[in-house]
Amino acid sequence: MSTATMAGVEVRLNDEGFFEDPNQWTEAMAVEMATADGIDTLTDQHWTVLKFMRKEFFEKGTGPTVRLLGKTSGVSVKDLYLLFPKGPAKMAARIAGIPKPKGCI
Amino acid sequence: MDDTGKISPEKITKVSIIISKGSLEGIYPGLIMANGARAEGMEANLFFTFFGLDAIHAKRIDHIKVATVGNPAMHIPTLIGSLPGMSALATHMMNKTMDKLDIPPIGEFIEMIGDTGCGMYACKASVDMFKLTKADFVPQVQDIITVGDFYDLAAGGQIIFT
Repeated sequence: MSTATMAGVEVRLNDEGFFEDPNQWTEAMAVEMATADGIDTLTDQHWTVLKFMRKEFFEKGTGPTVRLLGKTSGVSVKDLYLLFPKGPAKMAARIAGIPKPKGCI
Repeated sequence: MDDTGKISPEKITKVSIIISKGSLEGIYPGLIMANGARAEGMEANLFFTFFGLDAIHAKRIDHIKVATVGNPAMHIPTLIGSLPGMSALATHMMNKTMDKLDIPPIGEFIEMIGDTGCGMYACKASVDMFKLTKADFVPQVQDIITVGDFYDLAAGGQIIFT
């Protein structure tokens, strides 16, 4: 575990850079993380995915798989990979401030 | 190197996965690995050879079956496994279980993996042997390539044979 300062606030991150406590996350932090990951602007589509992931996480205890995202978030699998080129499951979950989704698909 | 002085292993950034079998249990592992690689942000390629070509054959993709004969881990005696309908029954049961686990059927899975940006290729020697053409395959298949082309594509990454 480590700490980092995001949007002026100190947050706890695990070894892979995922939030230890999703409640520490704010939208300003998402913007900072996205920029650091090479996403210059978070578009409406990005926000749809990030918000959907957080909603799923707080309802079900784990973030959605890429397949579920593609089926239910309103953003297709193809677009998910364009929006989050470093792997939607991993990259989007980290920027959304939730743990890495469990599940293999 | 991490703070304990250990050299941390380098992350895998690229995989090329060969699928050489045409049974349900022979196809899924490679597909799951390719899909998982893309989800983790790795570059991935799938290369279908020999009976693995059934996984991308437009007419056969939705009729892939579990092998119930010659597979001790099925725990069905070979003679019973060979009875008519046994393979269909075992396939039906396995598909039901996988559906519950949210694992897509092979046809949908191939489509999804194509959408992730994973490369998909058919082996030229096998395609020639089975007298197939590109028109026999699902549209996600980019090309029919030689073994030499495959090694070129796989350069700089890991190769996994299934």
